[in-house]
Amino acid sequence: MMAARPSPSPPEVTAALAAEHGLSPEEWQRILDVLGRPPTFPELGIFAVMWSEHCSYKSSRAHLRQLPTTGPQVEQGPGENAGAVHIGDGLLAVFKIESHNHPSFVEPFQGAATGVGGILRDVFTMGARPVAILDSLRFGAADHPRTPFLVRGVVGGIAHYGNCIGVPTVGGDVYFDAGYNGNILVNAFTLGIARKDRLFRAKAGGVGNPVIYVGARTGRDGIHGASLLASAAFDETSQEKRPAVQVGDPFTEKLLLEACLTLMESDRIVAIQDMGAAGLTSSSLEMAGRGGAGMVLNLDAVPLREEGMTPYEILLSESQERMLIVAKAGEEEAVREVFAKWDLEAAVIGHVSDDGVFRVRWRGEEVCALPVTALTDSAPVYRRPAEEPSTLEDMQRLDLREVKEPTDHSQTLLSLLESPNLCSREWIIRQFDQLVGGNTVVRAGGDAAVVRVEGTRKALALSVDCNSRYCQLDPYLGAMLAVVEAARNLVATGARPLAASDCLNYGNPERPDVMWAFQHGIQGIRDACVALGTPIVSGNVSFYNETDGVSIPPTPTIAMVGLLDDVDDALTPWWKGEGDVVVLLGRTREELGASEYLAHVHRIVRGAPPWIDLEAERRLHRVCLTAARERLLRSAHDVAEGGLAVALAECCLGGPGLGARVAVERGIRADAWLFGESQSRMLLSLRRRHLGRVRDLARREDVPLTILGEVRGKSLVIGDLLDVPVETARDRWRRALERRLAR
Amino acid sequence: MRWGVVVFPGSNDDRDALRVAERQLGDQAVALWHKDRDLRGADVVLLPGGFSYGDYLRCGAMASCSPVMDAVRAHAAAGGLVLGICNGFQVLCEAGLLPGALVRNRSLSFICDLVTVRVETIDTPFTEGCHPGELLALPIKHGEGCWVADEDTLAALERQSRIVFRYVDRAGRVTPEACPNGAVGNVAGVCSEGRNVVGLMPHPEHAVERQIGYNTEDGLKLFRSAQAWLRRARGPEAGGPALVPGP
Repeated sequence: MMAARPSPSPPEVTAALAAEHGLSPEEWQRILDVLGRPPTFPELGIFAVMWSEHCSYKSSRAHLRQLPTTGPQVEQGPGENAGAVHIGDGLLAVFKIESHNHPSFVEPFQGAATGVGGILRDVFTMGARPVAILDSLRFGAADHPRTPFLVRGVVGGIAHYGNCIGVPTVGGDVYFDAGYNGNILVNAFTLGIARKDRLFRAKAGGVGNPVIYVGARTGRDGIHGASLLASAAFDETSQEKRPAVQVGDPFTEKLLLEACLTLMESDRIVAIQDMGAAGLTSSSLEMAGRGGAGMVLNLDAVPLREEGMTPYEILLSESQERMLIVAKAGEEEAVREVFAKWDLEAAVIGHVSDDGVFRVRWRGEEVCALPVTALTDSAPVYRRPAEEPSTLEDMQRLDLREVKEPTDHSQTLLSLLESPNLCSREWIIRQFDQLVGGNTVVRAGGDAAVVRVEGTRKALALSVDCNSRYCQLDPYLGAMLAVVEAARNLVATGARPLAASDCLNYGNPERPDVMWAFQHGIQGIRDACVALGTPIVSGNVSFYNETDGVSIPPTPTIAMVGLLDDVDDALTPWWKGEGDVVVLLGRTREELGASEYLAHVHRIVRGAPPWIDLEAERRLHRVCLTAARERLLRSAHDVAEGGLAVALAECCLGGPGLGARVAVERGIRADAWLFGESQSRMLLSLRRRHLGRVRDLARREDVPLTILGEVRGKSLVIGDLLDVPVETARDRWRRALERRLAR
Repeated sequence: MRWGVVVFPGSNDDRDALRVAERQLGDQAVALWHKDRDLRGADVVLLPGGFSYGDYLRCGAMASCSPVMDAVRAHAAAGGLVLGICNGFQVLCEAGLLPGALVRNRSLSFICDLVTVRVETIDTPFTEGCHPGELLALPIKHGEGCWVADEDTLAALERQSRIVFRYVDRAGRVTPEACPNGAVGNVAGVCSEGRNVVGLMPHPEHAVERQIGYNTEDGLKLFRSAQAWLRRARGPEAGGPALVPGP
């Protein structure tokens, strides 16, 4: 067959062209060895994306094997589009967190929007209806000139996509740190719920089964997003990479979501995978790879948005809102009908084969014939050199004698409450639809969000955490604390932690100090997850987060999901009634290293992060969960950044806005007692008559319990150290972010 | 009695609305697909929140031309009850069933928050169960909820008591600060000349359970009101014929 019209002939494939594609000389040689011939131009493009860091995990794979991924609750661990854990009643919680950092820095609105779109597809691809979104955002310093623009763009993009598709954004976290001035982080998380007997996987099978393309048409957007944008560091030319950012269409995704979920009610499909990074190429290859099958694609059948697209472009486009389905033979028409109801196209573009080869035809020619294993199993795996940063030991040293205690603790508290990292996130959160679906029990602003599981008494709690200052000053301990904090946030709502998803954001893995931090991060996550019984069931790695040679602080973001057997047990942090007793569980040590207080008030970023005893942490969880289940508690709040004083203030700021009167009990510096960030602490309020029982529970688990005082009045009074009217605190806390960013 | 909830491809709050009808009201609920021309015996038609057709053009502009809207127009013309919530309100304005139009919020941002609205008239099927001037705590979540109308229209609506809800502060006062989106006269909801078609930006269907969302169930008052109105209109015999025959 002759080509319908002439198209530009593909360039000659050379080592130089391979280098332009981001492939190293060794990788180029490996391709020649594996194939026994030079690749065609489209084949070179395929190798470039499939062997990119983003798709192949070549620098991280060897280390990721250390993570615990199994447990009785786990139905699906890493390796699929998302992880899945059992929550009883024949249901599964399906979830994953994923980064979209570089696109969001280059083009914040569309970058963040398509980040949300991508993670939603990962979850509904599994057959789960998405029920909640969280976003974990890291921006540069609040006073950096580019920060307000980036915040507005990212928040607007998330709102645009999440609100329109109709999945509530129920929480997340936001930090500002100069370490992200040149490379922000946008990590998006989605939780979905699926029936146990209706979980779908991306494993192609059944020779002759049709491969069906559904959703939006393919255009020239996002080509090499995975290889050039996601797998390389930034420099002064970064803005020129804008064309590699995709453009999102949440309405089409909404149609795709509903059509896919309808289709999944029947038994017509074998496998399904979304076309995310590296588009048609990775979705088809990964499905074939998992199933040990081959695949034949006919590019002439791919629905295109524009004329004259080459095979190279069609294969590598990252146009959004597309899915690839392997259906059972003979079901093509039925599949087409489901999508027609939603005015979506469904085109048969190929079939599953048995020769293990990925064949692509275009205008009668075979433009690509690659053994699937050449791309997947033969992909390079690197054990890159790692070395402790020479500055770390010095950074961990902190002489508290050189830190002068403030004279006015009330002013210090107010200053912390309006600092960028501790002030209210309301200005951001209110731009998101938190209610759609009608199951949001605890919205953003609590320790974790809580979402009711439709049709049951149960609820799921979800949290996301990572203190990158801890990770910067101790990559191992910091990663551990990210896991622990995520778990403790769930426990504060009364939920039992089930499993986690990790998004490992690091700098350039070719640098030994970055690799060292990464390896230690993995070990920290491993140790904490093993101790808490929360396996990692999904996640992603985002390397090359650096600009002009400056890496971001290590940021292993941990999203965790927990289960409440009875939604009525759900707790919030805020005081509920005058006269309730205020109790602190856990021990406060003189730990000011790496604290928000030191950074914000004294401009000191040093010292070791607070120590953690994982066994003590587990015992704390048991006390809180038992007390919650026995309905002994009126409120529970994790003590985190800003320490006890900020935690107490936060309990006053939400809900009815009640004050508290608290006695000081300390044998340590006042600022350490007030603002130190010792771990394994929980702030509770309860009716006086339940105190005895809670004390018994704490004693049984050997968890220190201190009666701090009671809920009373309209001010937060802490002994003779500080006295702040709730109204004043609330005013400063609530308006701070808008004042800084809405310019 | 039977609630029909119109489902446009981009509707989001349709499932929530159906659930209120079934679970909280104990009524029948049917989803009405936007391509249908039949209301399937619905006594009251609810147009839910969402982004009907993506709303990249003007909110509700395309939805107002969809096949199901012919049936909704006929239902309304015959005196049948129609409630438009958020995007549903936008669709009703675009369809000419309600006066005014909804434009971008003054802040240019989407807003999800709890607001207080004052019931300005109890002379509609959806508010007759309230008392005049009653304050309701209801959530809003919209990017284009700023209701506008020319002066003559506004004056006519005032004269005819067709402004159904206004944004007020917690003390019930109409102040500029109490208006979340810049709507003219703090208008949050209006009704048709026949008073049987009501549209509002706040979401009563997201305010039906104490435990959920903003911990208010004030939204139930609107649904219960319509339920009582219809029961009365249909006479004492339960399960009697629908108020309005389908087109």
